[in-house]
Amino acid sequence: MTYRYFPGCSLKSSGRSYEESLLAVFRALEVPVQELDDWNCCGATAYMSVDEVEAFALAARNLALAEQGGNGQAPQLMAPCSACYLVLLKTQKYLAQHSDLDQKVRAGLTAVNLRYDGRVQVRHPLDILVNDIGLDRIKKRVKAPLAGMKVACYYGCQIVRPFATFDTAYNPTTMDKLVAALGATPVAWPLKTRCCGGTLTGTIPEVGLRLNRILLGEAKRRGADTLITVCPLCQFNLECYQDAIQRELNANVSLPIVYLTQLMGQAFGLSDTELGLQRLFVPAARPAVQEGGKAAHA
Amino acid sequence: MLDPSASNGTPRIGFYICHCGTNIAGTVDVKAVAEYIGTLNGVVVSREYKYMCSDPGQELIQQDIKEQKLDRIVVASCSPLLHEHTFRTATEKAGLNPFFFQMVNIRENVSWVHTDPVAATEKAKDLARAAVRRVFLHKPLAPKKVPINPAVLVVGGGIAGIHAALTLANAGKHVYLVEREPTIGGHMAMFDKTFPTLDCAACILTPKMSAVKSHPNITLWTYSEVSALEGFVGNYKVQVKRKPRYIKEDLCVGCMECVTACIFKDARFPDEFNVGLSKRKPVYIPFPQATPQVVLFDPETCLQLKKGKCKQTCIEACDRECIDFTQTEEFKDIEVGTIILATGFKPFDPSKTPYYGYGTYPNVYTALEVERLVNASGPTGGEVVLRDGSHPKAVGIIHCVGSRDEKTNRWCSRVCCMYSLKLAHLLKEHTGAEVYNFYIDMRTPGKGYEEFYDKLLKEGVHFIRGRVAEVTDWAMDAKEEGKLIVRVEDTLIGTVRRVPLDMVVLSQGLEPRADAQDVRRLFNISCATEGFFLERHPKLAPVNTFTDGVFIAGACQGPRDIPDTVAQAGAAAAEALALIDAGHIELEPNTAFILEEDCSGCKSCVPLCPYKAISFLEDKKKAYINEALCKGCGTCVAACPSGSIVQNLFEDDQIFSEIDGLLSELAVSGGGRL
Repeated sequence: MTYRYFPGCSLKSSGRSYEESLLAVFRALEVPVQELDDWNCCGATAYMSVDEVEAFALAARNLALAEQGGNGQAPQLMAPCSACYLVLLKTQKYLAQHSDLDQKVRAGLTAVNLRYDGRVQVRHPLDILVNDIGLDRIKKRVKAPLAGMKVACYYGCQIVRPFATFDTAYNPTTMDKLVAALGATPVAWPLKTRCCGGTLTGTIPEVGLRLNRILLGEAKRRGADTLITVCPLCQFNLECYQDAIQRELNANVSLPIVYLTQLMGQAFGLSDTELGLQRLFVPAARPAVQEGGKAAHA
Repeated sequence: MLDPSASNGTPRIGFYICHCGTNIAGTVDVKAVAEYIGTLNGVVVSREYKYMCSDPGQELIQQDIKEQKLDRIVVASCSPLLHEHTFRTATEKAGLNPFFFQMVNIRENVSWVHTDPVAATEKAKDLARAAVRRVFLHKPLAPKKVPINPAVLVVGGGIAGIHAALTLANAGKHVYLVEREPTIGGHMAMFDKTFPTLDCAACILTPKMSAVKSHPNITLWTYSEVSALEGFVGNYKVQVKRKPRYIKEDLCVGCMECVTACIFKDARFPDEFNVGLSKRKPVYIPFPQATPQVVLFDPETCLQLKKGKCKQTCIEACDRECIDFTQTEEFKDIEVGTIILATGFKPFDPSKTPYYGYGTYPNVYTALEVERLVNASGPTGGEVVLRDGSHPKAVGIIHCVGSRDEKTNRWCSRVCCMYSLKLAHLLKEHTGAEVYNFYIDMRTPGKGYEEFYDKLLKEGVHFIRGRVAEVTDWAMDAKEEGKLIVRVEDTLIGTVRRVPLDMVVLSQGLEPRADAQDVRRLFNISCATEGFFLERHPKLAPVNTFTDGVFIAGACQGPRDIPDTVAQAGAAAAEALALIDAGHIELEPNTAFILEEDCSGCKSCVPLCPYKAISFLEDKKKAYINEALCKGCGTCVAACPSGSIVQNLFEDDQIFSEIDGLLSELAVSGGGRL
């Protein structure tokens, strides 16, 4: 089965390394992925508060595109960005539950010769990797196990809340299991789904910085060598404000922040450029040199 | 249109409409209704009166019956649930069969639910006319009497079951007390002190436990469950399953020699009585005052029972030869007249609130665990030692865990505020720690309860109002390192707080038992939406159920504390005694019966009866309705394909006549009002 892929704007800009590593990992696993043709902005969380109907219509257009073709099976739409994932799920739910909204959005789609009948399954790559592809297949693909690497798995606030479709809302474990399958050690910590501040780092920096400091400080305190994320905004916040946190809050929080798929790519033995590791501001953590003097990261 | 033959000639009907103060007369023009009904065929007397249920109101009916030779009575007033019995009795006193009476509810069905007086008055007329048409087809009926078996079954040996059993036994009735666990005592036996007097739970409970054991009128079956039930009020047949203890209960004296001799030198299995805080052996007595004082073997952990291979050092040690590994389940058949269910509650499972860290952080405890921890006979001898071996200097108690919460249980569990205060006092007394209570509202209604709260305030226990968001261990600074942090919005000072603590206690709410639905089905009673057993009336019949002769007491009906539980157990015992001492049961005669000559023996009705009142007579190939079991629901009557089931007071011609009466005027006016 080919997964339809909705990149969203982040994966084409600030989160390019997420797209690069994601596609590289799926290639390595021989799972076909096809980018949705003519996709548009999902509206993210911001547009919802500007004009709800238009925001839903915007997201619904992508769902309508994803529904085209497909031979009877429910089309699987992969949305790697947490905001896209949440907005698409929310749109599906609202259209299904509120017929007045559904009619308005339907009229809008009809005007551009589209229709959406609610058949698309919106999937997060973490869900696909663990529940469709499976840990066994992933384990088999590991060429450079990340033995000795301690990893703080950070799920962020959006992929399990409010729609806990593939994991629990309070203590998700999917990513931890995946990390263990790569040979690394997931760090037990209670902040897996705590907010990174989202856009607050830009709008109310004293709050945004404090929230990121909590996450980074706690991950370091637990001995994490790296923190991994599945959201472009989380990655941006946690990585790019480390200097500001040092300056403003006098806390040393330097820690590599990589995407889950970058870490997977490392374990699969993919090259740095395939994974976009050269784009990081804080260099990625490397697995310890294994016995026999050979670097695990070939 | 009337059928005079039904009442041996022209019927003489008396009609009475009640004002009920202004309850009815405020909306319905009672005078107009009385005048209208007075014009109907067969109605001899038609009156309105302020309160028909009053003595003068009843006397009015009786006087008219005698003077006007009335043979049918209709009263239009309130719900039959309230006063049908009153008016039937009044009718009977005047010499008429009480079932020549029919009641019309024009209060709940008319005046209380309508605002337009004109339409309400017309509706009252319609309903009254229907009753008039129906009543003279009524036949004389007599309530049936069945004898009652004086023995009582009490299910559940917690404080509720114990108290009910002793009350009944002291009144000279034989009681079968069936308890699922190996000992009676229930949750109360696990508690340390009881609020608000702080008397020790064991000190006040264990004398009652031994009284149960030694009472000549009580048959105590522990480690047993009711497995089957049939029959009806006064005559229940009960099957009790006795699980094997692998010990001859009548021989064992509880000397524990077998426990000492067990091949397992060390206790290594979680001890249920101490909620897993200590270990026991495969052969054990749950706790020192367990009743009966008889050991039992746990088939899950005993090598002989599990693998069939053991040196059986226990058998060598037992000089009374009590041990019997060949024991199997045993079934006892008993007959009782009444049943009291006192099956208790289940404490809320805090793994359903993962944000409070139970199971993640070892120093997060449930309240029940803390009861054992502060108890002198508990796993630590009353010393509060945490799972990590430390002694707490700061303790937080989180209220409403699994209570008053849309995500888990919506109800208030009633006892948690008070037991949290009690635990706060005990923890402070045992450890000298700072104790924090995190509460939403303090609910302390009860004798001496508010005073107890006051006492705690003076003892210096801290109270923070707000629902706790999470218990976590991420530290903001050095002084939080290694602590449990309670994050909470303090709604009294309007700020979010982080309170570092060494120990957190979760005040778990009370839930229905996991198998409450199975028990409900077995005893043919109902559960309320949240799963607790449903009482017949929340205020006026709180220990009765909708099944006659089955009563409920204690926390199986809803969360309650010990004083309320004991009061309810006493009430349930008194209700049972009231039935027993009447000597017989009077049954409503509105039961169904089979017209044998018409019954085709198709058996359609048999599985439909919700009261298991219908059986099939194999010799005659006919259905048979046990009138003592029939509740007059009418299901079988409607379902019978050959129309061979008739129900007293609801015979076809009575119902059709009532419908005719209801619709006759409407037909004339074109049915516009409907």
